[in-house]
Amino acid sequence: MIRITVDAESIEGRDGQTIAGVLIGAGRTAWRTAQTGDRGVFCGIGVCHDCLVTVNGVEGVRACQREAVDGDRVEREVRA
Amino acid sequence: MRVAVIGSGIVGAACALALVEGGAEVVVIDRVGVAGETSSRCEGNLLVSDKAPGAEADLAVSSNAMWRALAERLDADRPNGQPATEFEAKGGIVVAFGGGEAALERFADAQRATGIRAEALDVAALAAAEPFLSREVVHAVHYPDDAQVQPSTATQALLDTAVRGGARLVIGEVTGALGRPGRLSGVMTTAGPIEADVVVNCAGPWAGEVAARLGARLDIRPRRGVILVTTPMPQRVFHKVYDSDYVGAVGSGDAALQTSTVVESTPGGTVLIGSSRERVGFDEHPGVAPAAAIAAKAVRLFPFLEQTTLLRSYFGFRPYAPDHLPVIGADPEVSGLVHATGHEGAGIGLAPATAELVAHTVLGAPTALDPTPFLPSRASLQETA
Amino acid sequence: MTGAKRVAILGGGPAGLAAAQAALAAGADVTLLDEGGRLGGQYWRHHEQLTDRRLQHGWARFERLRGVLDRAEVHTGASVWSVEASDGLVRLQAVVGPADATARAALDIEADAVVVATGAHDLALPVPGWTLPGVTTAGAAQALAKRDGVTVGRRTVVSGAGPFLLPVAQSLAVAGSEVVGVHEASRIGALAAGWLPRPWQLAGKAGELVEYVGALARHGIPYRIGSGVVRVLGTDRVEGVVIAALDAEWRPIPGTEREVACDAVALGHGFTPRLEVAIALGCTIEGDRRGRFVVVDEAQRTSVAGVYAAGEITGIGGADAALAEGAVAGFAAAGGARDDARISGPLAVRRRMRAFAARLERAHGIRPGWTSWLADDTVVCRCENVTRRAIADRADAPLRAMKLATRAGLGPCQGRTCGRAVEAIVAEAGGAPEGFDRRPVLAPVRLGEVAALGRGSAVIDTEPARRDDAETTVAAVEAQQ
Repeated sequence: MIRITVDAESIEGRDGQTIAGVLIGAGRTAWRTAQTGDRGVFCGIGVCHDCLVTVNGVEGVRACQREAVDGDRVEREVRA
Repeated sequence: MRVAVIGSGIVGAACALALVEGGAEVVVIDRVGVAGETSSRCEGNLLVSDKAPGAEADLAVSSNAMWRALAERLDADRPNGQPATEFEAKGGIVVAFGGGEAALERFADAQRATGIRAEALDVAALAAAEPFLSREVVHAVHYPDDAQVQPSTATQALLDTAVRGGARLVIGEVTGALGRPGRLSGVMTTAGPIEADVVVNCAGPWAGEVAARLGARLDIRPRRGVILVTTPMPQRVFHKVYDSDYVGAVGSGDAALQTSTVVESTPGGTVLIGSSRERVGFDEHPGVAPAAAIAAKAVRLFPFLEQTTLLRSYFGFRPYAPDHLPVIGADPEVSGLVHATGHEGAGIGLAPATAELVAHTVLGAPTALDPTPFLPSRASLQETA
Repeated sequence: MTGAKRVAILGGGPAGLAAAQAALAAGADVTLLDEGGRLGGQYWRHHEQLTDRRLQHGWARFERLRGVLDRAEVHTGASVWSVEASDGLVRLQAVVGPADATARAALDIEADAVVVATGAHDLALPVPGWTLPGVTTAGAAQALAKRDGVTVGRRTVVSGAGPFLLPVAQSLAVAGSEVVGVHEASRIGALAAGWLPRPWQLAGKAGELVEYVGALARHGIPYRIGSGVVRVLGTDRVEGVVIAALDAEWRPIPGTEREVACDAVALGHGFTPRLEVAIALGCTIEGDRRGRFVVVDEAQRTSVAGVYAAGEITGIGGADAALAEGAVAGFAAAGGARDDARISGPLAVRRRMRAFAARLERAHGIRPGWTSWLADDTVVCRCENVTRRAIADRADAPLRAMKLATRAGLGPCQGRTCGRAVEAIVAEAGGAPEGFDRRPVLAPVRLGEVAALGRGSAVIDTEPARRDDAETTVAAVEAQQ
């Protein structure tokens, strides 16, 4: 098991899951604020960039591609 | 008066609008359509900050003022589909790292003497203006008149407005002249012959080739410039920010300021980073070297860019004459032919003033600008042509 | 191994793995790069602990291919962001490390030949409401189920076209979502024309499909042809969909709409080849609005010397075609003789699979009537939120100008998601959609990683003088040309 924080809330995932996998496993479907509303996973294979999150202070990480690591701090991104 | 304008880049579109409004019957001819080449592959700079005192600086100052009124007019009551110019008078900040401050200040001093507004910023003012800028910057000059448009949409807005005023756009390539040698009466194109009393050559870096097809001689060459675009992000760059390293390198206040690094935000949230300058003909394979060099300099200016995702890069060809001044006016040998090209990296900014000079040449429209320094007949062009 | 050909392979899916195996067999030094954390591509996407065994198809084949790679240099998590081919040499720039990390290790690879096996991604056509959370591509549903063992919703509607919808539905069911229905847009006529004649060409494919259909039946999942999701309902997330019967051109048939409650939608209307690398290398691309692919000859050679292509980028044909083409490409790239007995098997398979691909297109290819399920204000470009109306209003401009005016295709995905839909809307509005010239940076890379390449190198003069321009520079450069 791993634990990551998402906008300061701690959630649990399975070893090896992507950040998107952990978020969906925890019941979340949206984690980015776009101009027309919230977005989560769309393409799931790194093409569409809808699922971007900030991870440990680095912006623009595709949640569907990045394997979650215990202790990762995940933050929401807001498109201006 | 029937006028054929060759090229629907920013210069062609601005000329078409000025000529239509001056009463001419205008046909614009382009190989691919509006803003298909240089005018959609550049940054949209409307700059005074990079101009050393001289004829081009005077033209830039006048053109900068014209843009303000023009953009307002183009953006008011836009019909469906016509895009906004995205004109933004954001101002430019030129910065120097240690060792370059004296050269930058000398350069700015010379500009002030010609009426360009250039305000030195102290540390606190700079930090307030650009909080994400490198703390290694030791000197900065603010140019409030530097501005920006989105060059493709500004060109589209100009041409749309010209077309509504009666201009016609023809997609085709100019293949030769109509008329007898030395006297044009139009152009032959892949879309058929187009009769005209005057032909205006606004073909940018291809203007030399077009001139040759029309029986004239004009030495215009391409300079390749690569630009990087980042992924959209919250705004962290608030002006056009340039590195004055060129001034620092030559250490002379007399030399033109060559800022090769410019970083700025766009309304879309991306950051544009320009630009390299290479004289490699129309070579379309820049490889990674220009991007790497540009990125290295940009990261030095704005350290946060180190972690920013690069979205794409693009390049365009800028037209330049051997003496690096725009070429605007009647061809000295072929009557009925007028040139408007050679703006190098400044065509977007110089377009309105260029259009006014062209309208003056073709229609005798009034102008307060001095056309003399830009005439194709000038000595510095005739030597090499 | 001195004197051996250096072969770089881009992509670790079926085509890339087969290419690596064949190139090794022919004696080449092989470097294989894949952006994923594990080899296998979309087809064999997996995680050792998280993937349900029932969802692994052709796994033994994968293990055999992977088994020979200990003789190759393999980089997973490798983002190739720049490629160049000149004078018969190929040069690649990549960064290796966790996805979208910073300051990853740089790879600068030179090779005598490259096999481009970058595969395809799902093509999901826009539907009103498709930006709501809970709507994903079919490929996303598949990847999340197989790779991460999760599903986006508890009640999922699968909609689109093509046989891929079937394994997606199976994966969703195995991973724990109810699948309310699978909606195939093609009608019986198109399906019969594609699938029924010359059954010997289908060989194992028909059997595979029967297997999937059987799996759907076991899970009690209805499979409905000639229908599709034409609107997604909900305010903050998916609450349901509108399903309609579709005519032969995929236009919704009035009066057939019905609402179905669900909390997830998986859309897949076909595949888009990932052509960016091939385009960057200068390979000739041909095709029409139904699909554009890399042109290759019998030996999978592209139009550029030293550049080979295999798999979905040469035509959508599935894993078997990709395996066969990969083997041919890898063998040829390594300098293997064309009449070598080892390559005759793959050549025969490839011919059969080409026929299969043509039949897939006939049966399931996108029909132009789909645009009639769009509303004027439907977002088409998801990145920049550009509506159908905005695109149609500027359809008369050259495509490049249209994009810059509307921002369609200029966002983070660079038109990879919306490109085909934008082209269809431009065409429908009377414009010319040709020349949607996507030249993005090939993979997300941080500016610092790009800058690292530029520091200390004096490769290029970025700051020449302008007014005191040395004519000798120009003359020297022009003399070299």
